[in-house]
Amino acid sequence: MDHGTLATIWFVLAGVLLTGYAILDGFDLGVGILHPFVARDDRERRIAMNAIGPIWDGNEVWLVTFGGALFAAFPEAYATVFSGFYTALILLLFALILRAVSLEFRSKMSSPRWRHAWDWGFFAGSFLAAFLFGVAVGNAMIGVPLDERGNVTSSLLDQLNPYALLIGCFVVATFAMHGAMFLNLKTEGELQRRLEVWMWRSFGLFLTTYLLATIFTLVLIPRASAKFERFPLLGTAAVVVAVLAIANIPRALYWRKAGQAFLSSSVTIAALLALFGAALFPNLVTAANDPALSVTIANAASSPRTLTIMLVIAAIGMPFVIGYTAVVYWTFRGKVRLDPHSY
Amino acid sequence: MDVVWLSRLQFALTIMFHYLFPPLTIGMGVVMVWLEARFLATREPIYETAARFWTKIFALNFAVGVASGIVMEFQFGTNWATYSRFVGDVFGSALAAEGIFAFFLESGFLAVLVFGWDRVSPRMHFFATLMVALGSMFSAVWIVVANSWQQTPAGHHVVAVTRDGAPLVVGGATALRAEVVNFWDVVFNPSSLHRLVHVWIGAFIMGAFFIMSISAYYLLRRRHEEFARRSFAGALLFATVFSLAAVVSGDLQAKNVYRHQPAKLAAFEGQFVTGRGDLSVAGWPDEANGTVRFKVAIPGLLSWLLTGDATAPVLGLDAFRPADRPPVLVPFLSYHVMVGLGMAFVALTLLASVLLWRRRLFEQRWLLRVFVVAVIGPVAANQLGWVAAEVGRQPWIVQAPLERDAAGEPLRSADGTLQYREHEGLRTAAAVSPAVRGDQVLGSIILFGLVYLALGVLWVVILDRKIKAGPDDGEGPPPPTEGFMDTAARLGRHAESYTGADR
Repeated sequence: MDHGTLATIWFVLAGVLLTGYAILDGFDLGVGILHPFVARDDRERRIAMNAIGPIWDGNEVWLVTFGGALFAAFPEAYATVFSGFYTALILLLFALILRAVSLEFRSKMSSPRWRHAWDWGFFAGSFLAAFLFGVAVGNAMIGVPLDERGNVTSSLLDQLNPYALLIGCFVVATFAMHGAMFLNLKTEGELQRRLEVWMWRSFGLFLTTYLLATIFTLVLIPRASAKFERFPLLGTAAVVVAVLAIANIPRALYWRKAGQAFLSSSVTIAALLALFGAALFPNLVTAANDPALSVTIANAASSPRTLTIMLVIAAIGMPFVIGYTAVVYWTFRGKVRLDPHSY
Repeated sequence: MDVVWLSRLQFALTIMFHYLFPPLTIGMGVVMVWLEARFLATREPIYETAARFWTKIFALNFAVGVASGIVMEFQFGTNWATYSRFVGDVFGSALAAEGIFAFFLESGFLAVLVFGWDRVSPRMHFFATLMVALGSMFSAVWIVVANSWQQTPAGHHVVAVTRDGAPLVVGGATALRAEVVNFWDVVFNPSSLHRLVHVWIGAFIMGAFFIMSISAYYLLRRRHEEFARRSFAGALLFATVFSLAAVVSGDLQAKNVYRHQPAKLAAFEGQFVTGRGDLSVAGWPDEANGTVRFKVAIPGLLSWLLTGDATAPVLGLDAFRPADRPPVLVPFLSYHVMVGLGMAFVALTLLASVLLWRRRLFEQRWLLRVFVVAVIGPVAANQLGWVAAEVGRQPWIVQAPLERDAAGEPLRSADGTLQYREHEGLRTAAAVSPAVRGDQVLGSIILFGLVYLALGVLWVVILDRKIKAGPDDGEGPPPPTEGFMDTAARLGRHAESYTGADR
């Protein structure tokens, strides 16, 4: 295969890893964001945490593997993004650590204060991580100033621009909704009834921020809509799928089809990320100051040999990954039951 | 503020904290596989009890390892962007392979291992434990391969970075990067097998000493004695075998370091001047004057160990240009303390094994006391080994190879020094992120420092509680021990109702 094809394949594969992460860890983060509002007492909070207890760690590996794939396939982009968003990334790491240890430590002592403190840690870590992912996507959409070696020349304050903040809020709302749909699958009784209200609320919040984000994207970033002319089929398909999936959410909620609702929010996330990828392609980092300085898949990619080796590694590894992900989800299927091994 | 120095400090802080946990999980994983295999074979409940108890401790270590591990992967990009651009083609694939082959395996089956006791059959649970143990060992494979490639690069060539088909020139200098030529030569570079074996052995020793420490505590308190005796005896067998293996592996590795990185070995041994190599047992290097003070050395032993000839000259730091010399004090001390600790493990485990064989071990309360604290030894040895390896590689982040003649012997230049192929390596000072300022790095060091301090304290507090609670072997509840937080909560309890059980 020629270099351009390999680089495009890896652009798509990196997108698949990111989508896998957003769908899987998206509901973990959503549960973290929602749980202080939905779960009232300690038992309910434990149910919320144990709904994701056995799986959040595996879900986060999608992010780690995305990072590894970006490093290996597009080292220039990995270096540019990670060093250019230094402070935001350090905060993201802080948020992910906070969430992980809150889950792990909360159950280890019975004191209400101890548990309350970790509830807030779980919320804050999840909220901040989701928000920062949105800020990153927002900046990727509008672009950042780059120098000729591909180094970002803006500061954290530039990166916290209104558009990026809006996308941050949008991602928080999306994950909160997605988490509500997931919790709905894992809970029953009074907790589930209370959750229904929050599914509607988070859907409303999602819809509001979605419309705002769409309007601002169309107005502020003509480059993104111009991409539709380049990929009319893919663009139209993604938009249609996204709209249908979003429209199906209230329908599924109304008819109490929990599985359909969760599936719809998953498809929504996948379709929106496909649109994001199409808007970005072939750039990985768009230079806001001079389009010629953008980090593209062509000038960021590793050598054809490395991209091929990685393809072999992925072809061997991914079936296993999907296999044991299925085993784990199957083992922990159904409503949450608390047992002595739970968090 | 100096970004290079601060970035090195941050990397040292984050990796050293992280590296407290992976060796523990690797070492404990093997012991848990053994316990569950024994349970499947004998169906004696004591093995299941033991496996369940160690699983709880394992899960706690794993969680802190994961939380601190994600920092490592991001840090290459955040703080070492120039390095990432240079090595990504080679190093990145190893890291991606680690994610796909190791991390998914570990984290997927960890769920079954920790939460699946009452949901899957004992056979399936054993399989999950085996997969977690294998996954943790695989993760060591890929990260050691990546690091070994930085020490002894192979299987690649260095080429210009291109933009639209033309070399990228920034500020008059052509941007370079390493590209894979032969993947298997990268994986099996000259040091990766030696170092991988040594890392695994170090992890096994640490896991075994960790289990012996907790078991010795129970034996001293006369609690859970049957459980503790079996755990201790099993772990002691592991520790003895691998302490002996570490000596052999260490010797092979030192020879290999001398072959490929002679400046690093000179720093380890405080060999300032080329000449007969004396093996120093103790000393304090004085870099300004080029001598080792308070030196206690065995004449000719270093020459003999490295070459088989007690009079053969060993390359000293004087064979390298000053700009190519590693610092000596830190590598010398960390290397010597590591070796000393390794010898102490051999002595301690052999003594305990002899006593166990004579059925007198568990009466030696002084020795059990030693074992309660001895776990600090392997923790320190694992850390110091890495300190020696990484500081000894300086001033390189990717070691440049030496110019060699057709026979493979290092070539000397006109001034008598050994020459590196400068452009095939990368100096640490040139590897940091141009986009990052010193105050940003200082801020992240402070943040990570505080977070890790809190994490470390909480880890110790919770570990302490889990140990005090002990295994569920039907011995009944332990004497009431109220934790600090529980006391604090009881004294100021609110009217809210919480129904959670302390599990």
